[in-house]
Amino acid sequence: MPDDSPVTAPFASPRAGILPFRLPTGAVWGLGLATVLGAVLLPIATVLAHLFVPTGDLWTHLASTVLPRYVANTLWLIAGVGALTLIGGVGTAWLVSLCRFPGRRFFSWALLLPFAMPAYVIAYTYTGLLDFAGPVQTGLRDLFGWTGADYPAPNIRSLPGAIAMLSLVLYPYVYLLSRSAFLEQSICSLEVSRTLGCTPAQAMWRVALPLARPSIVAGMALALLEALNEFGAMQHFGVDTFTTGIFRVWLADGSPAAAAKLASVFLIFVFAILALERRSRGRAAFHHMSIRYRPLPGWRLTGWRAAFAVVFCATPVVFGFAAPAGALLWWTWLSAAEVVDADFIRLLVTSVVLAGSAALVTVAVALFLAYAARRSASRLFRGLTRLAALGYAVPGAVLAVGIVIPFAALDERINALGGEIFGLSPGLIFSGTVFALLFAYAVRFLAISYGAIDGGLSRVTGHMDDAARTLGANATGVVRRIHAPMLRPSIAAAGLLIFVDVLKELPATLLLRPFGIDTLALRTYEYATDEQLVEAAPSALAIVLAGVLPVILLSRAMRRSSEPREAEEIAPIAAGTPV
Amino acid sequence: MTSAPPGPDLSIDGLTHRFDRVAALEDISLEIGGGQILALLGPSGCGKSTLLRLVAGLEAIQRGSIAIGGRKVGAAPGPDLPPEQRNVGFLFQDYALFPHLSAADNVGFGLQHLGAAERRNRVGEVLERVGVSGLAGAYPHTLSGGQQQRIALARALAPSPGMLLLDEPLSDLDARQRHGLADTLLAVLRETGTTAVVVTHDPEEAMYVADRIGVLRDGRLMQFGPPTAVYDRPASPFVAKFMSDSNRLTGIVGESGIIDTGWGTVDSGSLPPGRSAQVLIRYQGVGIGFDVANSGAVRARVLRSRPIGGNTLVVLEAADRPGETLYARTPARHAPWEGDCVAVTLDPAHVFVFPSANAK
Repeated sequence: MPDDSPVTAPFASPRAGILPFRLPTGAVWGLGLATVLGAVLLPIATVLAHLFVPTGDLWTHLASTVLPRYVANTLWLIAGVGALTLIGGVGTAWLVSLCRFPGRRFFSWALLLPFAMPAYVIAYTYTGLLDFAGPVQTGLRDLFGWTGADYPAPNIRSLPGAIAMLSLVLYPYVYLLSRSAFLEQSICSLEVSRTLGCTPAQAMWRVALPLARPSIVAGMALALLEALNEFGAMQHFGVDTFTTGIFRVWLADGSPAAAAKLASVFLIFVFAILALERRSRGRAAFHHMSIRYRPLPGWRLTGWRAAFAVVFCATPVVFGFAAPAGALLWWTWLSAAEVVDADFIRLLVTSVVLAGSAALVTVAVALFLAYAARRSASRLFRGLTRLAALGYAVPGAVLAVGIVIPFAALDERINALGGEIFGLSPGLIFSGTVFALLFAYAVRFLAISYGAIDGGLSRVTGHMDDAARTLGANATGVVRRIHAPMLRPSIAAAGLLIFVDVLKELPATLLLRPFGIDTLALRTYEYATDEQLVEAAPSALAIVLAGVLPVILLSRAMRRSSEPREAEEIAPIAAGTPV
Repeated sequence: MTSAPPGPDLSIDGLTHRFDRVAALEDISLEIGGGQILALLGPSGCGKSTLLRLVAGLEAIQRGSIAIGGRKVGAAPGPDLPPEQRNVGFLFQDYALFPHLSAADNVGFGLQHLGAAERRNRVGEVLERVGVSGLAGAYPHTLSGGQQQRIALARALAPSPGMLLLDEPLSDLDARQRHGLADTLLAVLRETGTTAVVVTHDPEEAMYVADRIGVLRDGRLMQFGPPTAVYDRPASPFVAKFMSDSNRLTGIVGESGIIDTGWGTVDSGSLPPGRSAQVLIRYQGVGIGFDVANSGAVRARVLRSRPIGGNTLVVLEAADRPGETLYARTPARHAPWEGDCVAVTLDPAHVFVFPSANAK
């Protein structure tokens, strides 16, 4: 049958629907998506390909000597950080959301503060606090009249020490997600369990925890991915993991190919965590039945129970934020006069410009993806846009390897061609430039901005677009008068989250830094490597202070999340944590 | 009451629409006069919302043409005006209020061409007219569904569109809010002379508000006409069943043009003898008498008799054919008791005969 009527192509959509600019047709959106996907998958594919590339003796040597240690350390790290963040994160979340005890409201936001503390900063700080000349040991010696080293002092620079440091700053992932899961649970399901004869504690074990399980697992997965990504703390503590191994093989042995091979084995661990998280979520889809949030009645704690709750919640706040932040403040006071000079200001400006540019680029790409997904009716297309968020799982060091190898090859090819044709070589264009660095940031943090912006955009329903059109607004008017004001909080949240994440990012920055570029994170790392921990404090403190900004944002949104409308405001921020 | 000149008429010609090759509308043609209210009636997925969106210009036209007030606003091939140039208002089932704007700012959204003072006056006037002037400063999330729909109605009316398009405007509201809003809506439409198209799946709602009803099924216009015509002279079994709950019986047309349904005889109309027919009998067309000696009646036993609203729903079982049932609706005061033996008669005004579907 001849059919000359227009057929809706995968990219066609109701025309007044979304961003109906005439120019970007389906092909343009498709091309854009292909570019973004290619950019995200390039480093991952490069690294995975090295699983099958023979790299000769060096790899054989590595495999027989250090690889078993990397694997063992990584497994210990997963077990240790997993257990501690689970107990700390879920325990504190349960206490502050389902119990009543003195200081509960304070703890509900203060428990987020360790988020502001990068793992390497807390590791450096505790090293300074606990080493032989540090205030703790000095104090103990003065107190008990000990001399020399004739007393047992736990060595913080060890695998258990690393697990403790990482858990102290990563448990907020579990805390945040399980807390919002507890809050989202319909009060009815908890009350029903009480009418069915459960005590408050039983209600927790039999109803609240099982319902929150997907969120808890998602939080743990994020914490573990961060733990695997950690470089600075591991390096400083001398704990060999894949991340530090990649650095050594690349920088010391000068073999990017062997580093990529190591990275490919590393990626298997990463994907295993992702797969486990998916699996635990996939088998049961938990929906909360009630849209309205009602303040949970809470179990009033008294006596030793209340005291235990206070101590339990205070521990991570004190050791994960207050103590190290205090130490950083004190050391900054001591060293500021010497360290904070014109050079430091330049450092600050470089960091801010770099992080700001990365935030701009990443938010722009996320906006494009979110609109592409919104425009498209095709499920495949929407699935692909989600695939573009995969970069968040890839550790910075792996990403750096996966970017340098193809970029360097490309530069080589360009220079060879340039030499042949024009007799000149343009030098490094992609590798070893700010381009490579921004590329890495965008790939790694795209999920954060995409989550926030897609969440914000989903609140602009198609009918709102339609309503605006029938009320006389044209396409640009819809974007200007409806989308822009409704998306503004999401865009701001996404930008801020990425800004701060880039400011603290260490491994990718260290491996991809162009010559002459120095940032707060790099400077902190360099001082710490030289064991100048007091001198490292000003730059570390600047990073921590920037890190407090998203914590304020989160806690403000959480405080107001008891009302339905404000629950919408937490969405763009909570969505920023890629789940 | 002042009466405004009637709004533009609407003329739809040969409209056909497809989604991924699935036909959503097949060759729809209809016309309504200025100031009239058209109800597009049909089950979900019948294409009625697509038709409404095409009229608004929210969907790109694929084939056919749409003219509002004699002006071609959409045609393929031909011009296809964007929604903002069609001077139509649209009311959505989910209200679609802009959450970042107050009620007053929502209503003022379409009044950009007015100065601030004029806009404020117009917003106040429209809010007052739909009965929510106290809510001007409120944000949508603080309002009930009924209040939100009134704000949405005010927003759609504020720019004085010639035509208002309403997509299931009442279906998300509870019964009390529904009647209140329906009356507000009718009054405003009459006062302003606005032409309106209402999409609904509720025949009672359609009969209540409309001057013309178009019944749609699987993208086809099954019947189009004034409510009484559609109700009293359904053109197909589908329309008859959709407009009112009906029993469906079958029978063969006898020599004298009479069909014996087992529950009484009915006139076959124009069907020739020997033809197999389906007979639709509305619940309210089943008469229940207590004179079981009546020779023209069929005897039945009352299986169930339950009051529902002002009426009683009765399930009858034929006395001589156990298991064969018929539903009846009767005023509560005439209702039989369960177990009663009754005499059943059929009211010809509620009986519709069509050729059997499988014997075309």
